[in-house]
This record gives sequence, structure tokens and C-alpha cells, in this order.
Amino acid sequence: MGDWMTVTDPESKTISQYTSETKMSPSSLYSQQVLCSSIPLSKNVHSFFSAFCTEDNIEQSISYLDQELTTFGFPSLYEESKGKETKRELNIVAVLNCMNELLVLQRKNLLAQENVETQNLKLGSDMDHLQSCYSKLKEQLETSRREMIGLQERDRQLQCKNRNLHQLLKNEKDEVQKLQNIIASRATQYNHDMKRKEREYNKLKERLHQLVMNKKDKKIAMDILNYVGRADGKRGSWRTGKTEARNEDEMYKILLNDYEYRQKQILMENAELKKVLQQMKKEMISLLSPQKKKPRERVDDSTGTVISDVEEDAGELSRESMWDLSCETVREQLTNSIRKQWRILKSHVEKLDNQVSKVHLEGFNDEDVISRQDHEQETEKLELEIQQCKEMIKTQQQLLQQQLATACDDDTTSLLRDCYLLEEKERLKEEWSLFKEQKKNFERERRSFTEAAIRLGLEIGFLLLSVLHKKCLLGIHHSSTVSRCGVRRQCNQDYICCLKRKYNKKLSSLLPSPSLLYIRSTACFFYLAMCHLHIPPSKNVAVMSE
Amino acid sequence: MNFSEVFKLSSLLCKFSPDGKYLASCVQYRLVVRDVNTLQILQLYTCLDQIQHIEWSADSLFILCAMYKRGLVQVWSLEQPEWHCKIDEGSAGLVASCWSPDGRHILNTTEFHLRITVWSLCTKSVSYIKYPKACLQGITFTRDGRYMALAERRDCKDYVSIFVCSDWQLLRHFDTDTQDLTGIEWAPNGCVLAVWDTCLEYKILLYSLDGRLLSTYSAYEWSLGIKSVAWSPSSQFLAVGSYDGKVRILNHVTWKMITEFGHPATINDPKIVVYKEAEKSPQLGLGCLSFPPPRAGAGPLPSSESKYEIASVPVSLQTLKPVTDRANPKIGIGMLAFSPDSYFLATRNDNIPNAVWVWDIQKLRLFAVLEQLSPVRTFQWDPQQPRLAICTGGSRLYLWSPAGCMSVQVPGEGDFAVLSLCWHLSGDSMALLSKDHFCLCFLETEAVVGTACRQLGGHT
Repeated sequence: MGDWMTVTDPESKTISQYTSETKMSPSSLYSQQVLCSSIPLSKNVHSFFSAFCTEDNIEQSISYLDQELTTFGFPSLYEESKGKETKRELNIVAVLNCMNELLVLQRKNLLAQENVETQNLKLGSDMDHLQSCYSKLKEQLETSRREMIGLQERDRQLQCKNRNLHQLLKNEKDEVQKLQNIIASRATQYNHDMKRKEREYNKLKERLHQLVMNKKDKKIAMDILNYVGRADGKRGSWRTGKTEARNEDEMYKILLNDYEYRQKQILMENAELKKVLQQMKKEMISLLSPQKKKPRERVDDSTGTVISDVEEDAGELSRESMWDLSCETVREQLTNSIRKQWRILKSHVEKLDNQVSKVHLEGFNDEDVISRQDHEQETEKLELEIQQCKEMIKTQQQLLQQQLATACDDDTTSLLRDCYLLEEKERLKEEWSLFKEQKKNFERERRSFTEAAIRLGLEIGFLLLSVLHKKCLLGIHHSSTVSRCGVRRQCNQDYICCLKRKYNKKLSSLLPSPSLLYIRSTACFFYLAMCHLHIPPSKNVAVMSE
Repeated sequence: MNFSEVFKLSSLLCKFSPDGKYLASCVQYRLVVRDVNTLQILQLYTCLDQIQHIEWSADSLFILCAMYKRGLVQVWSLEQPEWHCKIDEGSAGLVASCWSPDGRHILNTTEFHLRITVWSLCTKSVSYIKYPKACLQGITFTRDGRYMALAERRDCKDYVSIFVCSDWQLLRHFDTDTQDLTGIEWAPNGCVLAVWDTCLEYKILLYSLDGRLLSTYSAYEWSLGIKSVAWSPSSQFLAVGSYDGKVRILNHVTWKMITEFGHPATINDPKIVVYKEAEKSPQLGLGCLSFPPPRAGAGPLPSSESKYEIASVPVSLQTLKPVTDRANPKIGIGMLAFSPDSYFLATRNDNIPNAVWVWDIQKLRLFAVLEQLSPVRTFQWDPQQPRLAICTGGSRLYLWSPAGCMSVQVPGEGDFAVLSLCWHLSGDSMALLSKDHFCLCFLETEAVVGTACRQLGGHT
């Protein structure tokens, strides 16, 4: 029942009750329904109007209404009470007035509500309108912004183009200026020459005029005391066809001589260059061939090509006389082989560089150890062989001595001895042949040993060369490792010295002198090399190159 | 270094004989022949008019004296002083006269280059060559004297004729593909002829002895072209100097350019030695950068002494801005000369007239630059060794060699302005020519040049 408001605006009462009723009804229906829930329902439509007040509760409802109305400022419904105890009489006039007032109020409220609703509608539609306007404007703003950006972009591009065109124009102007300058200088030169020619022409005209006018002609003659002999003392000759031919011949001879001379020069130069190239090639091959002995290390394509190349070149080297020819194929062959060698050398050097970088990371390479082990094995084998041979010789000697010792007895024994001698002789013969065989074998073994020793010597040599090479590289990079390697070098050297001594001792007992000399020389060689290792690295290169 | 007494001279006419024994000089209309070692007058000849040109014959037996105004050529004999010969061109006039290589014919170019008359001293015969070209270098003889090449122009086209000098027979006659031929020159080996075009067109053509075109070279179009050309004595290189300030070297095998030498006004490379001539006040010690030892400063020194200082890079040289609206502008390479062993090339860029550039031909790069205080008038290489003598019109002579360079004051009363110079065949001495005088300068062959310059007690 709180829907009512105090509206003191008596608007037109022509507003349809229907709308107000329909407007009012939901809320009042709700409130009525609330009321109706507590109050039992009446039968017809207007029953809810009667739900509040029934025949039973008239007095309560009147008093309630009176209370409410008085709170709202309406006059009281009751008559003025005469006494306290008596029941107050309902003032019909007041009730009617109140009803009228309420009706008027209700009409006013309805009016106001109508107005408010219309205003609300208006505002709503205005709002919608404004919103649509706003969104339209926003869209417009967006599109115009985009347009602006597009136009700015175009503007920028056009400015760029403009600048470029300006630059082109400037360049063209410069060029035009330059050409104009050239034309100007040419024009002055032409004018100058033209003037000169004109002056000469004028002089000629003058002279001609003079000559035409001048009667006395100065004689053109030579006055000579006596004729001089020719420079070469010979007489002059008539000019004939033969002299013409002779002149032609001489001219061609001169030309030919000149060409031949030049060709000779060029041939000589070619030969020199070819020699140099061949030398280079040989040196490159020799540098690269040690790779063949160490196939277990970097076995990759390069070594394969080295080997094949070396074989190929060996075949080519035999045809050295062909190099003197200067035909296309020979030239191509030479250049191709040089290029190949060069590539191999390059890759080899690169590998060495990598190795150097690896070495100073990993420390000293243990390739020497392997070869040394190999070396040791070989030497042990050979020592064993030598031992066996020695024992065999000893036993032979013993047997011989025994035989000789037992020879100084009586006859039976002499007979026996004879038989034994014969036997012995045969046995000796056999053993001699055996010994000879063994000697042959030993010779062979010795030869193989010498070869092995030579090979080992060479290996050691090349090994030391590569070590020195690396030492040089190492020496350049790290001085610290030098000291470390120095210690090892010492050990190496000691070891090799012992080995050398051992070799010398054993070999001197067994081998004839020439091969010993050879072995000695190889030993000297690597001894020298070892000495060189003691020299600081910077000198190594110079020494080795010697 | 000794200097002789000064002698009178006119028109810068002073020439050594080809065999190196005599020195001919002209004083007005007199021809004086002296002995080179003693400078004593051996012969004195009198000509009919003022002499404009003298030339020795190749065997040093005859001298010709040309008097262009009178159209006369007089020939004198050294062996027989009483022998005389006078050639009168008469109305034809005379503009140039020269010997043939056998020393028995004289080639006179008549006025307006109408014709070349070949006078023979052995016979009475006269030959005429028509239509010679009026250019700077129209006649050239091979070094061995067998052939002569002559530039001709007929019907507005250029031709070259090759004659056999022994009997003046025409060997070859061919036209050249040039607009306006300016010069021809034989290579020292006598097998190739270089022909170059006017400066309006950069073109140089190479012809073989038998008239075949071997090659054409043109560096660029439109701008002014070739200014000077020089063969190297070994015939291996042909140096072409042009108006753009560059020298282009062509090689004799392919006739293509192998390198070009630019002449910039600033030098930045520290490997190049730049000698700058500097005035030296008399008080200062003599600091010549010369052959050791430096000159001792004995004797009265004239006030204008100079020495060379080595300038440190970067060096900027004095340039001359050329007048653009005149013909034959002073830009480009005007002077070119190879040393006798072909190892060096000396050039002068006319923009930078005070500097002489020496190029190393072995390495094909700039070797040294000499900057003088005044414009260089002429330079000449010693015929025997790579030694360059330079004169600038002042009273000093400048010598350069790979070892160093020095500046020598020419002694004399007053200023002896060296306008030109001329080496002796042996490279031991040099004739220095000024307007009215000349003197001889004797160079010691050993490297000791440190003695003070003194005058030879001169008595005529």
C-alpha cells in the first residue's frame, strides 16, 4: 500500500482510467495478492477491493484507514469525539472529501505518471537516437582516421618520389653542364684551329698573288762545290722492279726477325715458367707423400687422392720430354695437376692448423708412442732372432769341439772316429748346408732388418720433421707447452740414444761394414735431428730448411 | 761537378755531334764547332743569314744550317772546311729542314707544306714528295735509318707513306682512320709505327712495318685526348699522356692498356718520396739530400741557394687553374720521357707545372715526385743511366737518380738562366743553354760529387 505519493498537482482527469488501472494493477495486484494471501479471497473482480474490508472488520478497517489518512495529512474520518469512551462516529462528509481528495490525487498521480512515462519514452528514444548517432559518428571517425593515414602514406610516397626526381634532375643537370663544358672546349679548339688555317690560307693567297705579280722568279737550285760520296761508299743504283722486290724482301725479313726474336723470348719465358711449375709440383708431392705412411690417422679422401696422384704423376714424370711441347693438352695437364696438388696441400695445411688447435687443447699427441711401440716390437723380434742364432752357433761350436776332443783316443775309437768322422762329416755337411741356409736366412733377415731399420730411420726422420713442424707451430702459440715437451724430448732423446747404442752394438757384431755405415748415417741423421730439437723453435725452421 | 766557361749562343742552338766528339753552336750567323773535351774552337763557318736550325748528319761529318727567312740551307763539312754546299729553295720557301739517316740527303719542307724536296749530296737528283701533312711530327725515321714514315693529307683524308731511305722508293702507302693526324713515331725496334689523332679525338693507331693495322686504342670519347706520346727504348711499352692528366701504358704484346698513372694534386702514399725544393738562407748548413757526401760550402755562394727537403705525406702540390675558354689549355701530360733502361718514366702534368713525377716501370707505380720552386721547362734523361736532369729557367740545375737528388747552382757572373739542356752521348757531360750563353757541365762518373763547384779557369 505504499504506492501512493503526495502529489498536489491537479492534472487533467481525462487520462483514461484504463491505463492507470492497468498500470496500477500489477503493483496493486501484488500488494492485493499479498493482502489476499492473508485475507481470504472474494468471488468477483471487484472482490479484491472488498478483500481489505469485510463485514467483520469494518471498525478496524475504518480505524486503520483513519490512521493512514491522518498520517498523510488528510483530515480525520471520525467525527469529533464527544467523549473518550464512546465509539467515534464515522464522518461521512470527511470520508467523501477524503475520497474525493484521493481521487483527485490519484488522477494527478496518473497524469504525472503519464507525463513521466512519455518523458521516459522520449528520453529513451532520444537515447537510442543519440546512441545510433554516436556509433555512426564513431564509425565515421574511424573511417576518416584510416583515410587520413592512407593519405599520409601517399603523401610520404609522393614526397619520396619527388626527392628522387629532384636528384635525377640534379644529376641530369650536372651531366648537361659537363657536356656543355666539353662542347665549349671543343668549340674553342675548333675555332682556334680554324683561325690558324684561315691565316695560313690568307698567307697562301698573298704569296700566290705575289708570285703571279712578280715577274722575276727566283731560281730554285742547289749550288754545291763537289758531290760527296755515299755514306757506305757504294755507287747508287737505278730504281727498278728488282730493287722494289729487294726492298719488300728486306722489309719482310726485318719483320720476321722481330717476330722470331719475340717468339724466342716468349718460349724461353714459357720454359722457365714450366720448369718452375714442375719443381713446385714435385716439391708439393714430396711434401704430401708422408701421408701415405700413416693411413690409420686421417684416412679420408685426400690421402687416397694423394696416392693415386702420386702414382699418376710417377707415370707422368717418366714422360718428361713431353713437357717441352707446348700443346694444349700438355699445358692443361700440367695446370690441372698443379691445381690438384695445391688443393691437397691447402687441405693438408688446414688440417695441420686444426691439429695445432687440437694439440694445444689435448696436449702432446701420442702418435709417437704408437710408433715407438712398433719400433720396440720390431727390435724385440730382431733381438730374439739374434739370440736364437747365437745359441745355434754356440751349440754348433760345442759340437765341433766335442768332436775334436773325442778324436784323440785309441784305434777303435779311431775307427769309430773314422766312422764318426764320416758321419760327422756328413752331419757336418748337412749342418753346414743347414748353417748355410740359416746364414742365408739370416742374411735375408739382416737385409730385412736393415731395410726395416732404414725405414724406421726415415720414419723417425719424417716423424721428427712433423714433430718439429708442430713444435714450431706450438712454439709460436704456447711457450708453456714447450717446456713440457722439452722434458719429453729429453726422455725421447735418451731412449733413442740407448736404442741407437744397442743397435750399434748388435749390428757391429753381425753386419758387414757398409750397411753399418748406412745405419750409422741414419742414426747420425736422427741424432742430429734430436740435437735440433734442443734449439729454440724459431731456429728450427731455418735449420730444417737447410 | 765541374762547369766550363760560358760561351756565346743564340736561339738555343747547341748540339753535340752523334759520335760525341764535337759540339756545334750558333752565334747569329756564325757556326762554331768545338772539341768536346777541350772546348777549343775547331772550325768556324759563316752563313748568309741568321741561322734558325742546325743539325748534324748521322756520321758526324756534315752540319746543315737552315735559314728559313731566306729559304736557304747551307751544309758544312768537318773534314774539308773549304767544302761548301748551298741549297736555295727560292720562291718555294722553307719551313723545316732535316737530314736523312744516311747523311747524304736533305729533306726540305717548303712553305705551306706544299711539298718536301729531297736533295741529294751524292747525285744531282732531286725528289719531291707531295702533300705532306702540316703537323707537329710528320716525318719520322726508324732507329736503324732504313725507313722513313711520312704523314700526308689528300682530299681531307690522312695517309701514311713508308719510304726506303736508301733509294727513296715508296714501300707502303695506306690511309689511317684518323680525323686529323697529329703525330707519327716509329718504335725503337723499327717494326711498329704509332699514329695518333688530334687532341679533339683520343685515338692512337698502331701499324706494322708492312702497313697492316695492328691495333687501335681509345681511352674515352669527347673530352680532349692525347697530348704526348713516348716509346720505351726497349719497345715494350708505349706511354700515352692525355689531357685528363693521366698516362696510359700500352704493352707491345696485346697493345692494350696495362696500367694508367694518375697525377693527383695530393699524394698520400708514404712509400713515395717527395722532394720539395726549398730556398736556403746562406747561414744555414747545407742539407742537400744528395749523393754522399753533401756539398762543402766553400767559396762565395750566391744568395739564391736551394736544397731538397723530403716532404712527409700527405703532400699537396701547387696546381694551376687552367683558363677554360682558351684553346690548348695548360692541363694534361705535356712531357713524357723514358729512361734509357726503360726502368723509369718521367712525366709532367701541366696543371702542376712545378712538379716532375718519376714512375717505376718495373713495379708500375709512382716512385718519386720532385717539386720545384718554379715551373719546369724541360727535363732529359742521361743517355747511359737512369739519371734525370731538370731545368726550370732559373740558374740552377737539378739532377735526380734513384739514389737521391740534388740541386746545383750554375756559376757565372750574374744569373745564368738555364732555359734548356742537352746531354752528351756518354752521359759524362751536359750542355746548359740560356738565352745568350751556354756552358758545359762535366759530371764525374764515380759517385763522388761532393766537391764544391768551382769555375774552370777559362781562356778561349
